[in-house]
Amino acid sequence: MLQKDIERPKPGTNETFVLNLGPQHPATHGVLRVKLTMDGEFITRAEPVPGYIHRMHEKMGENRTWAQFLPNTGRIDYLSAMTYTHAYVGAVERALHLEVPRRAEYIRVITSELNRISSHLVWFGAFLLDLGGFTPLLYAFDDREKILDLLEGVTGSRLTYCYYRFGGVCNDVDGAFLNGARDFVAYMRPRLGMYRELVTDNVILRQRLVGIGPIPVETCRRYGASGAVLRGSGVRYDVRRAEPYSVYPEFEFEVPVRPEGDCMARYLVRMEEMAQSLRIVEQAVAGIPEGPYLAKAVPRMIKPPAGDYCYAVEAARGRLLVRIVSDGKDIPYRVRLRTPSFSNLSLFEEASAGMMLPDALALMGSLDLVIPDIDR
Amino acid sequence: MNIPEPLRLVLFLVGTMAFVGLNAAYLVWVERKGAARFQRRPGPTEVGPAGLLQPIADALKLLSKQLIVPSGVDGTLFRAAPILVMMPAMMCLATMPFSEALSARDLNVALVMVFAFGSINVMAIMLGGWSSRNKYAIISAARIVSQNIAYEIPMLLVVITLVMVTGTMNLREIVEQQAGAFWNWNLFRVLSNPLMPVTFVIFFVCMLAETNRAPFDMAEAESELVAGAFTEYAGMGFGVYFMAEYANVVVGCALATLLFLGGWQSPIGVLPGLFWFLLKLYVLVFTVIWVRWTFPRTQFYGLLNLSWKLLIPVSLLTLVLTSITMKLF
Repeated sequence: MLQKDIERPKPGTNETFVLNLGPQHPATHGVLRVKLTMDGEFITRAEPVPGYIHRMHEKMGENRTWAQFLPNTGRIDYLSAMTYTHAYVGAVERALHLEVPRRAEYIRVITSELNRISSHLVWFGAFLLDLGGFTPLLYAFDDREKILDLLEGVTGSRLTYCYYRFGGVCNDVDGAFLNGARDFVAYMRPRLGMYRELVTDNVILRQRLVGIGPIPVETCRRYGASGAVLRGSGVRYDVRRAEPYSVYPEFEFEVPVRPEGDCMARYLVRMEEMAQSLRIVEQAVAGIPEGPYLAKAVPRMIKPPAGDYCYAVEAARGRLLVRIVSDGKDIPYRVRLRTPSFSNLSLFEEASAGMMLPDALALMGSLDLVIPDIDR
Repeated sequence: MNIPEPLRLVLFLVGTMAFVGLNAAYLVWVERKGAARFQRRPGPTEVGPAGLLQPIADALKLLSKQLIVPSGVDGTLFRAAPILVMMPAMMCLATMPFSEALSARDLNVALVMVFAFGSINVMAIMLGGWSSRNKYAIISAARIVSQNIAYEIPMLLVVITLVMVTGTMNLREIVEQQAGAFWNWNLFRVLSNPLMPVTFVIFFVCMLAETNRAPFDMAEAESELVAGAFTEYAGMGFGVYFMAEYANVVVGCALATLLFLGGWQSPIGVLPGLFWFLLKLYVLVFTVIWVRWTFPRTQFYGLLNLSWKLLIPVSLLTLVLTSITMKLF
C-alpha cells in the first residue's frame, strides 16, 4: 500500500486517561519517564519527566581538579564518549592557550568519527527495535563490534573512553590501528548499501516513517534542537562546519540535510552521516602526519587563568557545548554542559501532541535520546 | 485397524494434546534458533545438544514461578483466560486429517467449526487483557478486537471462495479432491478461480494477523505496550499464552496446508501421507518465523487500512470471479 492511501484515524472527544510510559519501558531506552495523557490511542499531552539517572556531573566538576573531571565526560553520553571528552579538553586547551600537535588532532578526528559511527549504529539498531524489527540490531552491533575492537586497541576501553588529554591524546596510534581503520572503511561501505536495500527501502519501514512526526524548523529553533533532528528539518547546521574546530576544515565532507522534518528525514540524515564519517576517517587515515601526539608544554598542575571559556563540538546527537569558568585555581569554578539530548527531548511534548502511541514512539526513537545525556 | 470408539477418542485426545504441547515447546526452540541464524548468532546452545532441552528448562522455570494475581483484577476471567486461549487450538486440530487414516473426527462442517473455535482464541486474549485492569493490556485488548474483525472478514471471504470451488466443507473431502500431482492442489486451481494463488496469499496474511504474529503483532507490540494483554501475567500464565501463540500458528498453517497445498497428498507419490502433511505444515511455519525476523512491525491503523482497503476488496473480487467462472464453465 502506498503511503498516501493510508488513512489515519482522528482523535475522538472521549475522556482521557494518563498512561505512565517508563521509567522502565522498552521504548524509552533507559530510565526516562513520560507521562502521557491519552485519548484512546491518541496522545493529547506527553510530559517528559527526566531526572531518574541524574548523577550531578556538573557539580562533580566543581569538586575535583581539571584533569580529574576527564573520566566523567565519557560517562555523560556513553555512546559518544570521544566527542564529549573532546569538548571538555578543547575548552581547557582554549583556556590554557595550548597548541595541540597536528598528529593528535588527526587522531582525535579519526577516533571521534569512528565513535560517531558506532553511536549511530546503536541508534540504528535500537530505532528499528522500537519499530518492531529485531534483526537489524544484531547486524548493527556486529559492525559496531569492529569499531569497539579498534578503539579498544588504542584506548584500552570499549565504551567510556577517556583517551584525550589536555594537549593531545594519551597514546599514539600504531600501524595496526590505522590499517584497521582503513579496512573498516572498506568493510562498512557495502554494509551501508546493504542496510539501504534491506531496511531503508522496506515498504513497512517507509510506511511507518514517511510523514510521521514532522517537526517544523520553528519548533527546532525554539527548543534549541541540534544534530540530526535539526538537519532533518532542513537546517544545514553542523558544528564541524558552522564553528570549525580541530582539523575538520581540512577534510571534505558533506553535511546531509533533509527538508521534510519527519522521522524518515532524521533516519536518512543519520544514515548519510555514517557514510560521511567514513569519508572523514578515510581522508584522515591517509593524511595523518608524523610527529608528537601530546603537546610538550602541558603544565603538571593545570590552573587556567581566570575567565569564562566555551568549546562546542558536534557530538553524535548534536551540538555539545562545554562552558568552563575558572577562578585561577586547580579546581574548576563551574563546568556547564549544554547537551543535545536535553534540547531534543524538550521538543517531544510539542511535536507528539495529537499523535498515536506507536507513531509517537517512532518519533521518540528518531530523536536518538541517551538518557544520561539528558539528566547528566 | 479396529479400535473401540471410546479408546480411539482418548487416544486422539492425548495425541492432539501431546502434538500441540510438543509443537508449542519446540517451535519456541525453532523460533529461537531460526531468529539466531537470521541474526548471525548461535542461539541456545547450553541446555542439551544444540540447546534442544532449552524449552524444557524454560517450562520448568515458568512452572516454578508464583502465579501472581494482582489485586483489583477480575480474578475469574484472569485465571480462565489462559485456559480459554489454549483450548481452541486443540479443538481445531481434532477436525483436521493428518493423513488418510489419521483423523480424530471426520466432520462435514469441519471448516465452520475451525473458524468458530478460532475466534474463541482471540476472545480469550481480549478477556485476559481486559480483566488485567492494566492500561497497556486494555489498549492491547481493544487492538485485538478491531484487528480480529478486520482480518476475519477477508479470511472468511477467501474460504467461501474455496468452498464454492470444492463444494464441500469437509476437510477430508477437500484434500481428497487434490489427489495426484501438485497441479491438482487448490493453490493451482486457476481454472475455477484465476486468482487462486492470490487467495492463498490473502489467507496466509490473514492467518498471520489472526495469530498475532509479526508484522501484525499489535497485541504484544513490546516497544509500545510492554507485553500487551499479557503484561500482568506471571509464570505459567504467561507461558500458556506463549504456547498458545505457537499452537495457533500450527493450526493456521495446518489449515492452509489442507485447504491449499493438498494436505497429505504427495506431489511425487512416494513416502507416507503423514510425512508430506507435516513437511508442508512446517515449511509454512518456518515462513511465519522467517517473516517475523525480517520485517518491522506495521502501525495499527496501517494494518486496518491494509485489511479494509486492499484485502477485503480483493477477496470480494475473487469471490465474484469464482462465481462467474463456475457459472460459465
